[in-house]
Amino acid sequence: MISTGVIFQVAVRSIRLHFLRSVLAALGIVIGVVAIASMGMMGANMTLAITDQLSDMANMLVVGPSTGGGGGGFGGFIGGGGAGDSYITEKQYQNIQKIASKYGIVYTLRSSSEYIEIGKSRGRATIYGLDTEVLPKILALQEGAFSKSITSVVIGPRLADRYGLKIGSRIDIGNPDEGSVTTVRVSGIIEERGMSFDLNTDSAIVGSDRLFTIILGGEGKYNQVNIVLSDISRVDEAKKEITDELNRRDEVISIQDSSRMLETITSSLSTMTGFVMAIAGISLLVAAVSIFNVMMMSVNERIREIGIMRSIGVQRWDIRKMFLYEAGVLGTVGAGIGAAVSFAFGYIFVFGMVGTVNYFFSPQSLLFIPYAMAVGILVCVLSGIYPAWRASNLDPVEALRAE
Amino acid sequence: MSATPAVELEHVSRIYSLPSGDVTALDDVTLSIERGEFVAIMGPSGSGKSTLLNQIGCLDLPTRGDLRLLGRSVRAMSDRELTDLRLSTIGFLFQRFNLIPVLTAYENVEFPYLIKNRRSDADGRVVTLLSLVGITGPLVNRVSTQLSGGEQQRVAIARALVNDPEIILCDEPTGNLDTKAGNQIMHLLEDLNQRGKTIVMVTHDPVMAHHAARIIDIRDGRIE
Ligand SMILES: Nc1ncnc2c1ncn2[C@@H]1O[C@H](COP(=O)(O)OP(=O)(O)OP(=O)(O)O)[C@@H](O)[C@H]1O
Ligand SMILES: [Mg+2]
Repeated sequence: MISTGVIFQVAVRSIRLHFLRSVLAALGIVIGVVAIASMGMMGANMTLAITDQLSDMANMLVVGPSTGGGGGGFGGFIGGGGAGDSYITEKQYQNIQKIASKYGIVYTLRSSSEYIEIGKSRGRATIYGLDTEVLPKILALQEGAFSKSITSVVIGPRLADRYGLKIGSRIDIGNPDEGSVTTVRVSGIIEERGMSFDLNTDSAIVGSDRLFTIILGGEGKYNQVNIVLSDISRVDEAKKEITDELNRRDEVISIQDSSRMLETITSSLSTMTGFVMAIAGISLLVAAVSIFNVMMMSVNERIREIGIMRSIGVQRWDIRKMFLYEAGVLGTVGAGIGAAVSFAFGYIFVFGMVGTVNYFFSPQSLLFIPYAMAVGILVCVLSGIYPAWRASNLDPVEALRAE
Repeated sequence: MSATPAVELEHVSRIYSLPSGDVTALDDVTLSIERGEFVAIMGPSGSGKSTLLNQIGCLDLPTRGDLRLLGRSVRAMSDRELTDLRLSTIGFLFQRFNLIPVLTAYENVEFPYLIKNRRSDADGRVVTLLSLVGITGPLVNRVSTQLSGGEQQRVAIARALVNDPEIILCDEPTGNLDTKAGNQIMHLLEDLNQRGKTIVMVTHDPVMAHHAARIIDIRDGRIE
């Protein structure tokens, strides 16, 4: 429509006439859009990265000692003392084994963070004690081999890097000032696994259950029993059978299943993302105030022009449109620039915060750019509504008299 | 030619309510202007000339009484209808020219045309009108703020004519111009009147008023 065209033209010209002022107002929108888009993309990328890593292990049941009602996260099980107050007993393990072996691989797990010494370097590392039969089934090595020798261990790649460990290197476990030191030999290096529900091996030392007992004692006291299900659809069935049996009298064990944990993690991540985006939204609110201010200035400066237009025969609605266009153009230009900047800035930001840009170009991540743009334009137009309404309701005679 | 007058006022009053009391700007004015007439409205400052012109131009509604334009009563009209009436039936000239500052001479004249016809001017009407008022060459595409007062008022005349209105209302159209430019404007108005336009002009300059066929005197909101 031509009349829309000419009204639009006048709006654009007024923006050009007050270029600096308009640029500053649009800049607010740019910043707001970039903030929302980057935060959103960061959240999406983080969620994608984590779920992708964890969903490989979604077939896991983790049986731990009952914490007495307070069901802590899965992290609560791991990394406790060698044999704390609560543990899974040998007898319980045998029971679980009997029930659950038909569902998949069942193995015990003990872990502890211990003092280590390699040559002159000292530090701490997580020590895992596992059944030697099970090790080859759940861990893949990038070099070396599993050894039946009691003092042989396999280590995570990050630990190997940090201390320059190779096949055959020796590690002293235990603090010499406090007690005995056990020397172990590296027989293999585990492939990088990233984060997981059962074992975080990348910086850990993994040895046999017997070795663990030698170093830390506590024979037959396990931190947890893991069950790797061969059929994920039987999660609930397996869970029920184990709890029915072991918790018949007292609640002695609690079972976490990894798919549920995954849900918990994903949902808390999205809560976090929403929260961060809300904070970013505040910057858009500030932008809205500045757009509102610019629009009010624009209306006040053009009162006479509005009077002229009304006297010529321009309808109220067209006057309203003129100012909404002005706000819309500021919003669209601001949001457009914001989108371009979000793309570049978001990429850097995601790389910095999440550590990977593998998921950056996925739809779930990039979706936040048009989303933030839409919010930016909407905010602009909304803040133009009152000024536009005011402009259109001016009395023509009064308006014509204005300076 | 129909017998309906161009403008009829029946007992029109316009009263402004101010905190300090009511101001009666127009007091029971009854007036009729025939089609094709050239009328000058004269009176001292504050006598209600502009108020009267704004009533005729549908920029403002009477507090009391009725106004008919080309036989149609404006009393019950909506803002939308009044605006349409201004667009099609009335052309305005102001003392301060009142061109839209961001637009060129051409665009100023084209503007009401676009608003009314919703299509661009394909017949060269805008250029014809501009050359009729002596705006040609580089002046056509000059932004209105870069034109002289006389040039601006001539562009305003072209703009007032673009939708071929029946009535042209002028509020001191030569008030900001020197004698030479003022005379040019008056000749243009006389010319338009000759072509059948009804012209109502507010002025306090007796010389300008003598271009009109009839002079209406107004004092304290009353016609004498
Ligand atoms: N918006 C308003 N509110 C209150 N009073 C007004 C308003 N507009 C006009 N008046 C009053 O109405 C009276 C007539 O004003 P008007 O503008 O019609 O005078 P005028 O004859 O055009 O004067 P001038 O020659 O100075 O332009 C004046 O007393 C003026 O103060
Ligand atoms: Mg006046």
